[in-house]
Amino acid sequence: MHAPDGFLNVGTAVATGALSLGLLGMAARQAGDELADKQIPLAGLSAAFIFAGQMVNFPVAAGTSGHLLGGALAAVLLGPRLGALVVAIVVFVQALVFADGGLTALGYNTLNMAIVPAFGGYACYTFFRRFLPANRSGVVGATGLAAMLSVVLSAVAFSLQWLFGATAPVAFDDVFGAMVGVHLLIGIGEGVISALVVSAVLAARPDLVFGARDLPKADLVGEARVPARVFVAGALVASLLVATVVAQFASGDPDGLETVAEEQGFAESGRDHALDSSIFADYATQGVDNEALSLAIAGVGGTLLTLVVGFGVFRAVGSTSGRRLT
Amino acid sequence: MGAGHTHDLHVPGDSIVHRTAPEAKLVAAFVFVLAVAVTPRREVWAFAGYAVLAVVWVVASGIGPRRTITRLAVILPFITFAFFLPFIGGGDTTDVAGFELSTEGLWGTWNVLTKAVLGATTSIVLASTTPVPEIVRGLERLRMPRLVTGIISFMFRYLGVITAELGRMRTAMIARGHDPRWLWQAKPIASSAGAMFVRSYERGERVHAAMLARGFRGTMPTFDDRRAEPTDWLRAALIPALAVSLALGGLLT
Repeated sequence: MHAPDGFLNVGTAVATGALSLGLLGMAARQAGDELADKQIPLAGLSAAFIFAGQMVNFPVAAGTSGHLLGGALAAVLLGPRLGALVVAIVVFVQALVFADGGLTALGYNTLNMAIVPAFGGYACYTFFRRFLPANRSGVVGATGLAAMLSVVLSAVAFSLQWLFGATAPVAFDDVFGAMVGVHLLIGIGEGVISALVVSAVLAARPDLVFGARDLPKADLVGEARVPARVFVAGALVASLLVATVVAQFASGDPDGLETVAEEQGFAESGRDHALDSSIFADYATQGVDNEALSLAIAGVGGTLLTLVVGFGVFRAVGSTSGRRLT
Repeated sequence: MGAGHTHDLHVPGDSIVHRTAPEAKLVAAFVFVLAVAVTPRREVWAFAGYAVLAVVWVVASGIGPRRTITRLAVILPFITFAFFLPFIGGGDTTDVAGFELSTEGLWGTWNVLTKAVLGATTSIVLASTTPVPEIVRGLERLRMPRLVTGIISFMFRYLGVITAELGRMRTAMIARGHDPRWLWQAKPIASSAGAMFVRSYERGERVHAAMLARGFRGTMPTFDDRRAEPTDWLRAALIPALAVSLALGGLLT
């Protein structure tokens, strides 16, 4: 999601830039109070860890691979404030030195890749912790779910920015549907990897996991109960469920966002597009009378289609050379 | 500092761009990219002007066209997305080689393509002509908070160490027959990433203790204290000034 220069319009870039800068300034001040001057080497090495973590290839399916985004993981390990700051610095350096993401796109890139996943992900984490047992499995499970949702949240954030700052005539509904659909699947990988990483850190140094500071060490030992295979299957089912819910939101009449858009004069981005006659057009399935059921089928079908297409694309372009010693 | 580890971003040289002070280069790069970003997409002549300026920059820095083009590959994923715009965009259509393509979508592709390439080229020129420690010093002189510049310089200093260590772990796993093909087989890699976090953190603690032992009081000593002279600013201002006038021209017509 390293958007290049000119991807969203200038107003959006400036507004998100001001928002990101303000939030990061606050985060820096509070994180600074938490850790004193010890934080600079520690935060620097954590940033290097996130940077390196984004370069590690994890297997996805049939030998294809993907990589970590790390926003929620950083928040659980370092706390939301320091986590957001560290990931924002990684994003900044990637744009400045590695030409990965535009300099004028830094406002929305830091918002979508650092601030939203770290704070949003941590909010999800504390939410899930409430319902999960107060032990190692609870921490690991909450991390997995929160990391998965954090990726979806940043997709939602990007779609909202597209609503205000679109530079091409693609409707908000389409961007929203495509972004959330794709990121539900990316989120499964993110969730599994983040949960496994936190589980490994808990095994060695439970005191380093910010999100588990409230628990006594004795509760954090032992193996996690849920095998990764079960987690992947569960996450797939969960994302299908979310897709049906999202499809309900994207239904027919102008919803809250579109109403806002029309009132504010942004409605030109809401034109119908060339795929109107596709079977999932307007997120309702033709030939099914019950509207809710029809939307649900469209949502599930769309997610499965995304899965198949995504799988095909990764198969075609992805590296399948897992064995190479490089 | 970070040089000599894994990232061969900096291309040693003695060009006029290399010799300009980092803070002047940073400001120039930001102004140039900003001018490009605000230019309306239909002012094609302005983008032609920017392209000439960017080529002048690349040539003057002596980093070579091949390196520049290879490094431009990082923007490919978003460029790929941009190429879909004419097919999924709405509105009026134009006939291109037998396809009915959305006119606004085509302009969208043009917009993302040109701005992304120009923006990425700018940061490639900056990174190729300025070693990372100098970029950090430039940021410091531009009043970026010490917390942030400190984190950046530590990050760069240990990035090579950490990636090399991850690479060794991977090699060791593959040598023992590890060949994961599905997501649920990711545990060994994720565990070594977790172990890496613990090691990074502990290394951070050790480094900090070592720094304290050597008299660290919150600020790093600087050895090269060359600040930007007026000539640096003048030299660096040339290209962004031309870009800003092009942008103003584009905005006013």
